[in-house]
Amino acid sequence: MSNKQLFIAFWTLLVKEVRRFTRIWAQTLLPPAITMTLYFIIFGNLIGSRIGEMGGFDYMQFIVPGLIMMSVITNSYSNVVSSFYSTKFQRHIEELLVSPTPNWIILAGYVLGGSVRGLLVGLIVTTLSLFFTDLHIHNFWVITSVVFLTAILFSLGGFINAVFANSFDHISIIPTFVLTPLTYLGGVFYSINLLPDFWQGVSKLNPILYMVNTFRYGILGVSDINIGLAYAMIIGVIVVLFSYSMYLLNTGKGIRQ
Amino acid sequence: MTTALSIKDLRKVYSNGFEALKGISFDVQEGDFFALLGPNGAGKSTTLGIVSSLVNKTSGQVEVFGYNLDSQADKAKCELGVVPQEFNFNMFEKVEDILVTQAGYYGIPAAEAKQRSEFYLRKLGLWDKRDEPSRSLSGGMKRRLMIARALVHQPRLLILDEPTAGVDIELRRSMWEFLQELNASGTTIILTTHYLEEAESLCRNIGIIDRGVIVKNSSMRDLLQQLNTETFILDISPSQSQCPVLEDYAVTIQGGNTLQVDVEKSQGMNRLFSQLSEQGIEVTSMRNKSNRLEELFVSLVDKTLPEKAKAGENNE
Repeated sequence: MSNKQLFIAFWTLLVKEVRRFTRIWAQTLLPPAITMTLYFIIFGNLIGSRIGEMGGFDYMQFIVPGLIMMSVITNSYSNVVSSFYSTKFQRHIEELLVSPTPNWIILAGYVLGGSVRGLLVGLIVTTLSLFFTDLHIHNFWVITSVVFLTAILFSLGGFINAVFANSFDHISIIPTFVLTPLTYLGGVFYSINLLPDFWQGVSKLNPILYMVNTFRYGILGVSDINIGLAYAMIIGVIVVLFSYSMYLLNTGKGIRQ
Repeated sequence: MTTALSIKDLRKVYSNGFEALKGISFDVQEGDFFALLGPNGAGKSTTLGIVSSLVNKTSGQVEVFGYNLDSQADKAKCELGVVPQEFNFNMFEKVEDILVTQAGYYGIPAAEAKQRSEFYLRKLGLWDKRDEPSRSLSGGMKRRLMIARALVHQPRLLILDEPTAGVDIELRRSMWEFLQELNASGTTIILTTHYLEEAESLCRNIGIIDRGVIVKNSSMRDLLQQLNTETFILDISPSQSQCPVLEDYAVTIQGGNTLQVDVEKSQGMNRLFSQLSEQGIEVTSMRNKSNRLEELFVSLVDKTLPEKAKAGENNE
């Protein structure tokens, strides 16, 4: 295929993915808006006003970056895992497999589709947060780069989950039992400096901590971890997940007999 | 003449150890209307699955119009359209979107994809349904949608895996006409079906596969000429209480008004009718007991296979 044809194939897949989650907006875009608004009201306003400052900022300002990131992570992951699994389940993955669309374009289409949803939900949550607090931009490039890389990373994670999933149960196990606990323990609601040394060390094994703190650094200018290390970790994980996803596609794991 | 599909020593062993294909080889020439027949589990769908890139082969070579499916996959896939046995489109997508999206996967720009979609949807009587979600279509319409989708990138080779399964007679006839028209316009067609009269009336060449081995690969005409004996059902009048004795013909009576007669190719029918007429028996109607291809198919699959299967195993 020529570069133009490759782009058309990629664009077709991306548009299809975006069309899918916008068609079911009441399931994909509305719930995170409602959930995060409740977080802002309950944790930010009601409880946060009694907590006082966290990391030198009032509690609402402190949790907003984490909640935005939590939305991006959850939605990027769940978009790809549910979309690709449904594609397998209904067998319309065969439409792609019989076509000359190369595997890397298939992966790019799904991952970018998931990232678009993650970023769109992130934008919705950011807009809602402005009703509760003022957001400052400490470093625009850090904000945009880390949120984009995080969306890609979790879209890749969702893709791998979908490849191995054999039932709808399998696509909810990782988000429920792995992703949610890691997100809650990833410094969304607190600074790890509040924890004893041992638990600070344990927390630093949580990759989500690096993404949340880097994003918070981009907005507030404060972070519990080294930003350079965070970028290295995020990019490293993306490379590993991308390589593994390509391996799965090339060998036909879960999609070819 | 160009070879549309070339399969050499194709072998497939599934992860549970089942050997679905035992090193099969056959060619389909450009412009052909080829039937790939076999009983359930024979290896037809596995063969077509490998050609369609839906099943990983264990070994062997597949070429589509000279393009190797391993080393020139994108070119090979552009020449190939696939209509699978089961519905495999997104049930929530609109009919037209399914075709436009499929065209996009082949790198066809959206404007051209829409033109082609309109052409094939009109051709297959689905244009009025273009804005409907595909799940709302009837079974026959869904089959036609899969054919339109397989044609939207205008492949030179079309593979149909049991396209008329569960389709009513009227729609089946109209699909036959469409496929014949498509074949006449130059598209090579490979068809699998359990309706042997469908294969007999549509296809010029035939391959019969069973237990992973090709047991017959010839022209339909040559194959049908191998049939030495045909069995006819004769409706007669008046009703007979005993089976009439007919010299040189094997006859059985099935109820007072029906005879079953085996006629060898060398015998002809004239003497049969003469003898019946001499006994005051009038033949009111006559038909084949079963489709001619069906008789051959059953004999090939039942008898030839064990030796061939062994030979296939020995070749590996």
